[in-house]
Amino acid sequence: MLDRTPDFPSPVREVGPSQKFRTATGGLIDRRRARDFTFDGRTLTGYHGDTLASALLVNGVRLVGRSFKYHRPRGILSAGSEEPNALVELRSGSRREPNTRATMAELYEGLEATSQNRWPSLSMDALSVNALLSPIFAAGFYYKTFMWPASLWEKLYEPMIRRAAGLGRAADAPDPDTYEHAHAHCDVLVIGGGPAGLSAALTAGRSGARVILVDEDFCLGGRLLAERREIDGVSGPEWVEQAVAELKNLPEVRLLSRTTLFGVYDHGAYGAVERVSDHVAVPAPHAPRQRLWRIVAKRAVLAAGAIERPHVFGGNDRPGVMLAGAVRTYLNRYGVLPGEAPAVFTSSDDGWRTVADIAAAGGRVAAVVDSRLDVPVPLRRMAEAAGAQVVAGGQVIGTRGHLALSGIDVRDSYGSTLRIACDTLAMANGWNPVVHLDSHLSRRPVWDEAIHGFVPGQLPTGMVAAGAASGRLTLSDALESGARLGAEAAESCDFRATATATPRTDPESTAHTPLWRVAKPKGKAFVDFQNDVAASDVELAHREGFRAVELLKRYTTLGMATDQGKTSNLAGLSIMAELTGQKIPAVGTTVFRPPFTPVAIGAFAGHHRGKEFRATRHVPSHAWCLENNAQFLETGLWLRPAYFPRAGETDWLQTVVREVETVRGKVGLCDVSTFGKIDIQGRDALAFIERVCANPFGTLKVGRSRYALLLREDGFVLDDGTVSRLADSHFVMTASTANAARVMQHLEFCRQWLWPALDVQMVSVSEQWAQYAVAGPRARDVLRRIVDPGFDLSNEAFPFLGAAEITVGGGIPARLFRISFSGELAYEIAVPAGYGDAAWRAILQAGLPYGICPYGAEALSVMRIEKGHAAGAEINGQTTARDLALGGMLAKKKDYVGRLMKERPALTDPDRPILVGFRPVDPSQRLRAGAHFLAVGAEPSLAADEGTMTSVAYSPSLKHWIGLGLIRRGHERHGERVRAYDPVRGGDVEVEIGAAAFVDPAGERMHG
Amino acid sequence: MRIRCPYCGERDNGEFSYLGDAAPVRPDGMEASAEAMHDYVYLRDNRAGEIRELWYHGAGCRAWLVVTRDTRTHAIGEVAPARDIAKARAVTPAGSASHA
Repeated sequence: MLDRTPDFPSPVREVGPSQKFRTATGGLIDRRRARDFTFDGRTLTGYHGDTLASALLVNGVRLVGRSFKYHRPRGILSAGSEEPNALVELRSGSRREPNTRATMAELYEGLEATSQNRWPSLSMDALSVNALLSPIFAAGFYYKTFMWPASLWEKLYEPMIRRAAGLGRAADAPDPDTYEHAHAHCDVLVIGGGPAGLSAALTAGRSGARVILVDEDFCLGGRLLAERREIDGVSGPEWVEQAVAELKNLPEVRLLSRTTLFGVYDHGAYGAVERVSDHVAVPAPHAPRQRLWRIVAKRAVLAAGAIERPHVFGGNDRPGVMLAGAVRTYLNRYGVLPGEAPAVFTSSDDGWRTVADIAAAGGRVAAVVDSRLDVPVPLRRMAEAAGAQVVAGGQVIGTRGHLALSGIDVRDSYGSTLRIACDTLAMANGWNPVVHLDSHLSRRPVWDEAIHGFVPGQLPTGMVAAGAASGRLTLSDALESGARLGAEAAESCDFRATATATPRTDPESTAHTPLWRVAKPKGKAFVDFQNDVAASDVELAHREGFRAVELLKRYTTLGMATDQGKTSNLAGLSIMAELTGQKIPAVGTTVFRPPFTPVAIGAFAGHHRGKEFRATRHVPSHAWCLENNAQFLETGLWLRPAYFPRAGETDWLQTVVREVETVRGKVGLCDVSTFGKIDIQGRDALAFIERVCANPFGTLKVGRSRYALLLREDGFVLDDGTVSRLADSHFVMTASTANAARVMQHLEFCRQWLWPALDVQMVSVSEQWAQYAVAGPRARDVLRRIVDPGFDLSNEAFPFLGAAEITVGGGIPARLFRISFSGELAYEIAVPAGYGDAAWRAILQAGLPYGICPYGAEALSVMRIEKGHAAGAEINGQTTARDLALGGMLAKKKDYVGRLMKERPALTDPDRPILVGFRPVDPSQRLRAGAHFLAVGAEPSLAADEGTMTSVAYSPSLKHWIGLGLIRRGHERHGERVRAYDPVRGGDVEVEIGAAAFVDPAGERMHG
Repeated sequence: MRIRCPYCGERDNGEFSYLGDAAPVRPDGMEASAEAMHDYVYLRDNRAGEIRELWYHGAGCRAWLVVTRDTRTHAIGEVAPARDIAKARAVTPAGSASHA
């Protein structure tokens, strides 16, 4: 009813003669608004307010699909979301959506629907030959038949089964529509908008509580729209209209129709999907197709109603055999007559309503078959007045017809068989409360002997069940329990609510003797229509020992697929109970899990698609990088400049080589702001750093930086970076780009949980400081033009690993660190992020006379490989300090995270691979990361594997490829040759082991 | 799931990261044994019932929290700042008082 997406009304138009089964008057359709649609290319007409299912039925279309396994003709069974048969492809092209329930699809002008799982056509399906082979296709068929030879599985069996089975086709182009996420909080969530739900929303809403009511239908009202009922002297639909009008006027009540509550989660969290635009051909501009709601509610009233049970008899899947409640829905709500000669098969008084409703609409009823011998006299009289043949104590044992029902075979109470002509059969075998949602948190429903069905057991915290969903199947109970529980829910949220007097309703009866299955049926008696599971398949599963309910489900596929057994579970359980001589509750139930009905992946993704899949972080120099043709790469959320091609450069390697040569020969500028920066202060800051870093820091003086190695408590390396001491109790730690958040989390853990007594505080300042590396022999010359006068940049005054708080550009606070990742004379200069863009441009300007160029992450990586520094490829969570050849720097006289566990025998085994450098014996050959090392001449095998190449680069300094890798006892094998074997990419290169540092191994340049 | 952060109020569990059982205490100091450290790093009880466990409010206030949760029902009881609990623990001889 809440309709925030404009519907586009088509011109008012008179209906043609095609709607053959439309009642003369009545129903909740708008007879002034005709709607043309197509089914399998054929144009048909319905009305606004129809579903695709009602519009097909009104035009006499009975056959709408083919079954999953046997390709049997199937029609429309239900009028709701439990529909197992009438699944169609809706729309076309990139909007094509398979397995849509025709019973839930609202009719709109131009709707296109196509039947599924048939070839060449719906009425002539070649694979219906499977039905003749049905003895072979019994339960467990796939497990038994396709076991051997296994080699045929991939090539033959699976493609064959996939062609024969499966249902609709997914769209083969990207979805053009948008989806969005919404969050809502409320006091009382009401699930279901039938009589119980509306009553609950009214009492809770009147108290002032924040109420959200969700209902999967496009009209609120539930079964009140489908039955001829009276409440306080007005018709059901009129009562609904009044209730909805009042709810809409309550400011704290939000009504969400077309919204399926699909999941119940812990602590009052609920998932729902709203079909915002599924009822129009194309969403309105800027409107999403669907909206995924995450609702947090203090209390919930589950008023999801009940689902009617089919009877299990021969040929019960023939198009024309329908649930009796659905027949009444189509008749009363949609104005669709159930054929010309309908019959009713009932085991309850409730089924007889169908007869009365058809008669009231002026229709004729061919027969009523009641499996109970004792039929109340008034019911019998009413049916006979409608012209119906009444068979009490009878059972329908089979159906006639091919693509549609033409008659039924009935066994009467004397055992003789009658043949009755009919074109619709309405089945009434009692109702199952919808226990799916209250079972989502691993709760099991319990058996209620009074209604012969499962009802909610222990409900999730904060949830109560009302009306039919709680097993109270009458309208008066629904109104009473809804109003009472709605008031109680509001009261428990501290609102003052009063349940009004329960309205008067017309008399009703729930008398019912369930008929779990018809004995000796004629033909296949289906339990699960969607999965083609027949009663005989349950018998087979029983014979073969698959008797536990979870095994029964998996062996027969009973209760699987899109409908999750909404109409079939209890029938399957009841047959297994009969076969094993148990009561139904002793057989148990399978576990219900979200979602209640299928939810499109697009709804879960929301706007997180393509570029918006996740947030993007830009470096402070981003604007300049964009202006200057930088090429980017993603590192976590960061978009980092990778390299800066210049006019005439045709290949990324050419650019990277030029950038490296400029840094090594002149000077370069690199944005390193992506590194994590953590500000650590406090009296015990140094003590804290000592405990989290594996190398010693006790001697670190103010104004100095030091390499920092962090281990995990299990002894492996967590990350590395630097720690700089800016003042006695003020430090800045850096972490690698990829690990920054993890390091922060680890440090907070150490501070808050391991050593809370230390006087130390820390904060991430990664975003607050722009930080740039100025590297190369002319770096000092460039910085002299940036740093304010008065700061002495000479090597003596500010040596390698110096750190200082300075000013630049005439008083702007900055930090200067003399640290080098490239191995050159280098500085990292940090300015407040707001000055980042200006500082970047100023440094480039200052560097012009010295031939400065910006360099990106690629050149940075090449230079760190040339220097043999470990990075992400080596610090991969599986390497220790010893593996990275950093064992020598570990502290011996202090306790620190990871100290003890790194000493485990396997981690100190001298045979463990250790980091060394590799160069190709033939300098023209290319190396590849990921290659495995083998002894020259060894057969490739896991046992012969000596380690792996972790990083490679073309070295502009050496003019050939170089690599870093971890190889067994590598540090003892300098000069030895091995194979770098890469079968995936056809690589097999002989390489020589050497020191990891290829350029300036003594480190003279960075000290200069 | 919803967790009531003592600083931020009730928040969706997507804002938190889970670590595990809050019972093990790190054997601090140079005298700690490898065996004790192994138990601290690897040995966990797998209890059905109430457990006190560590969560990190990474998308919120960055507090580490000790959350009391029933593993059978996911019912969450007390949620307390880990630092407060660790401080209370630190005054006992088994804690990290020797380091302070």
